[in-house]
Amino acid sequence: MTTRAQAARRPMLAALPRFSQQVNRVLTWLILALFVVWVVGNFLHSPEQFVSVLLLGITLGAIYALVALGYTLVYGIIELINFANGDVFMLGTMVTITVSSGWLGLNGSQAWYETVPFVLLALVAAMAVCAALNVSIERIAYRPLRNAPKLAPLITAIGMSFLLQNIGAAIWGFNERPLTPNGSSILPANTLFKVGGVPYQAKSLIVVLTTIPVLLLLRYLVQSTKSGKAMRAVAQDMDASRMMGIDVDRTIAFTFALGGALAGAAGTLFVMFQTSTRFDLGFQLGLFAFTAAVLGGIGNLTGAALGALLIGLIQAFNEGFSWHTPGSDWTQSITFAILILVLVFRPQGLLGEAVTDRA
Amino acid sequence: MMDRLGLGDAWSRLPAPVRRGVLPAVVFALLIFYPSYYSDITSAIGSNSTEAQLIPTVPTMVIMTVYVIMALGLNVVVGYAGLLDLGYVAFYAVGAYVAGWFATQQFSPHDVHLLSVGVPSTVQGIHVNVWFLLIVACIFAAMFGIVIGLPTLRLRGDYLAIVTLGFGEIVPQAVNNGDNWFGHNITNGPNGLTPIDALGFGSLHNQISFFPAAYYNVTNAVSYYYWTGLALVVFTLFCCVRIRDSRLGRAWIAIREDEIAAAAMGVPLMRTKTWAYAIGAFFGGGAGCFYAIYKSSTFPGDFSLNISITVLCMVILGGMGNVWGVCMGGAVLSYLNYQGLEAVGNNFNNVAGTSFNVPQYTYGIFGLIIVVMMLLRPEGLIPGRRRRAELELGVEGGSLYDASA
Repeated sequence: MTTRAQAARRPMLAALPRFSQQVNRVLTWLILALFVVWVVGNFLHSPEQFVSVLLLGITLGAIYALVALGYTLVYGIIELINFANGDVFMLGTMVTITVSSGWLGLNGSQAWYETVPFVLLALVAAMAVCAALNVSIERIAYRPLRNAPKLAPLITAIGMSFLLQNIGAAIWGFNERPLTPNGSSILPANTLFKVGGVPYQAKSLIVVLTTIPVLLLLRYLVQSTKSGKAMRAVAQDMDASRMMGIDVDRTIAFTFALGGALAGAAGTLFVMFQTSTRFDLGFQLGLFAFTAAVLGGIGNLTGAALGALLIGLIQAFNEGFSWHTPGSDWTQSITFAILILVLVFRPQGLLGEAVTDRA
Repeated sequence: MMDRLGLGDAWSRLPAPVRRGVLPAVVFALLIFYPSYYSDITSAIGSNSTEAQLIPTVPTMVIMTVYVIMALGLNVVVGYAGLLDLGYVAFYAVGAYVAGWFATQQFSPHDVHLLSVGVPSTVQGIHVNVWFLLIVACIFAAMFGIVIGLPTLRLRGDYLAIVTLGFGEIVPQAVNNGDNWFGHNITNGPNGLTPIDALGFGSLHNQISFFPAAYYNVTNAVSYYYWTGLALVVFTLFCCVRIRDSRLGRAWIAIREDEIAAAAMGVPLMRTKTWAYAIGAFFGGGAGCFYAIYKSSTFPGDFSLNISITVLCMVILGGMGNVWGVCMGGAVLSYLNYQGLEAVGNNFNNVAGTSFNVPQYTYGIFGLIIVVMMLLRPEGLIPGRRRRAELELGVEGGSLYDASA
């Protein structure tokens, strides 16, 4: 019942359309159709370039997936965007460098039976350090604020992220940090095959092949173990699961440990693939990974992996294609534009279920 | 408090507005004359000593006024309305580029001089009066704020934060790539826009000789920028206090405390939030414009995420929602950022014989401040009375800032 007085007082601002479901759907399909046309157009323009860019995108997506899962796990359980996750990832790259090339002296010249166990050792070290770090962050910075207003831990997470960046810089320096002193790759960089003149290196394949078992293991952990069951219960209803005898604090700490371990694994793979890192690269990559998690439907594990693959592909497409492509100057803007569009038009993401807003 | 000084009677007989106005008036008077006694302070300490580096120079004071304006603007969004904005730097950039577009030679084949002061008519490009530009920048930024806010303000609090963060990253990159937007050079890309016209009073100088015709003509131009900045701070403060006590301001606080109850009481959520965004952006744009004019240049590199976080840190340190606290937070942190940390570091290194490069860790220190403040004193150093009550007693529904609709 709108009286005239109310109608007159209703300002322009409030009169803006709340996009209806149909409009939403049409817009979504339109954007997707344009995207498909662009991808197919580029494929026809240069199929070889398309395949090489696709392969790069898959590698990138694999690394994003590991970081994105850290965001999605934590968000799923305590609804906190853990901004520090990206910087934990950065510290993972640094730890990997210290362990693999610093302590173990790997520089790519060793035989495979020496390289493989040592790289695995570096991987485990990075995972352990990052897991421990993530758990301590939760303990120190987030747990005391669990009952505080929602934005309090979010603000703390941002502060934590900046703090971690500077801790990383204080230990490993403000400059670009090469994997090995002479800049060589530890994993074999020999060409497996060439597509359109672009070599596909063995290390890209190793990155993808390492990610898959990690993802499967995580899926098993969350779906089929008791701790995973506890995690899902706490995510659904913290109070009820406490009444059921679940140790909520421990479960949340376990989730942070998982997220940290994944970020550490991503750190190892990233630095093995890129052969260098920097103290401030975590924040940006973290935001990309968060975008991936949102795109896939935050809180949804499969969604995070799918979203990460898509974001990796889109970034590689944007930087590698040559037909009607904005180019690498716009990668960041495009990624954030996706984030904004998804949040505004489809906040549940691709695979997430529509969540009713909490009151 | 005053009773202990033995002035109780005389003091308490003064009307309440006067009593409340005394401290700000004294501080303001001290601030106005700062450029004239700055050199006295430093020479008293010893002009070349490292201790004298601790005293904020007048250029630092100009930057402090810019940041105080920004902190007050963000305080409207975060402190009053309880909406977390992590992309505040976007509005700052918009304001700076308004100055860059309409007071440089950027569009030089076009030649427009609109009441511009101190710009020879032989200089090409668009040159609008810079005072007018300050207002235009504010309004333009406010409109930009509305455009960003309309689709996003319906989102939940944490989603809103991340969306604003996205905008805060997109705007600088768009500006950086702006030397080729579909073949047009709009922002001159990474080379930035420079020189921007200086402030000045034009022919008013002939009537009152205190006002310079153009700031670059006078030897103490920095002092004039400082006084201008101070005037803008006072204007911003006045607006913030008045708006806080207005119908709109009370609506913001109602939304911040309990959104559902506010909506039930007939507070229009979207409109109120959008106004918070627009007014916050208004001051952000003004600060950006003034800063660009002061530096006479604007570059995309000036608008990093770090600035958004710094301003947020100012608001948190001072006390969300309290203008005096926010002023203090803004002044202290911008001082530390531009001069203080280096000076403190130099002094420390001098005494301890070390060689720390403290300014490198500025943002780490700010991060630490944010974490420690949120954990130990979330209401800030000088909290608003109301805010403290909210934090101590809790708020109905348990969510203080959550903007869930």
